[in-house]
Amino acid sequence: MTETDAQLVARCRLGDDDAWRELVDRFSRYVYAIAVQAFRLSEADAEDVFQEVFARAYQNLPKLRDDAAIRPWLAQLTRRLCLDTIRAGAREQPGEIPEPVGVDDTIASLDEALYVHEALEALPSNCREILDRFFARDESYRNIGDALDLPAGTIASRISRCLVKLRAELEGRNTAPAESGG
Amino acid sequence: MRNYDEETLAVLLRTLPAAPEAWVKAAQEIPLARRGLDDIVERARADRAFREALIGDTETTLEEAGFDHDPALTEAVREHLSS
Repeated sequence: MTETDAQLVARCRLGDDDAWRELVDRFSRYVYAIAVQAFRLSEADAEDVFQEVFARAYQNLPKLRDDAAIRPWLAQLTRRLCLDTIRAGAREQPGEIPEPVGVDDTIASLDEALYVHEALEALPSNCREILDRFFARDESYRNIGDALDLPAGTIASRISRCLVKLRAELEGRNTAPAESGG
Repeated sequence: MRNYDEETLAVLLRTLPAAPEAWVKAAQEIPLARRGLDDIVERARADRAFREALIGDTETTLEEAGFDHDPALTEAVREHLSS
């Protein structure tokens, strides 16, 4: 059973380094995606925002009122820091710099993607690995076959079977993905 | 409840690519950095004798340098020295 966000945050509050590592692991893709997809930051700016988000999260975790709200809290923090970065880069331009168009829609889509990713974590490790390598890391059948010591010709069918398992896992969950909101 | 067909799942899985490993590792080391890891690594770069002492006996060298016994910090220092 995967630990809930609230349980993980509670362990972080106790100074558990392993819990912190897991928290970063759980939300790193989400924070990264907000910076590069929703705000289209350069890699250099995205890296600065990424590190600042987790530094502030670590610093301010004891102030978080609701441990289960860590995801929307991180989303808001990332949004604010992305916007600060854009504004700092446009200092010479007069007037208020608005958020890029479509940020809310992109973050809603990322919330759903994170929900699916969490379901992925509940699958057997061979399925997690193969789906993550193919879809999220964009590796070829050959690379996946080499890395996992599997015949490249069987990768497509394995991916298909694992997607069926992922779908079943999602259908077995009664909750819909929560939105971080704007 | 949304219908998660294969195509939808594929799109959603592609939506969250992994963040660069180095970024993730740096963020994961924030607690260690707060406990002195960055200073130790910097000093080991600048001070050859300190570096060699760390390589010889990381735990004792750290304690002699004034750091509390901290297995996670010791392990992180060893990892940095070997990279």
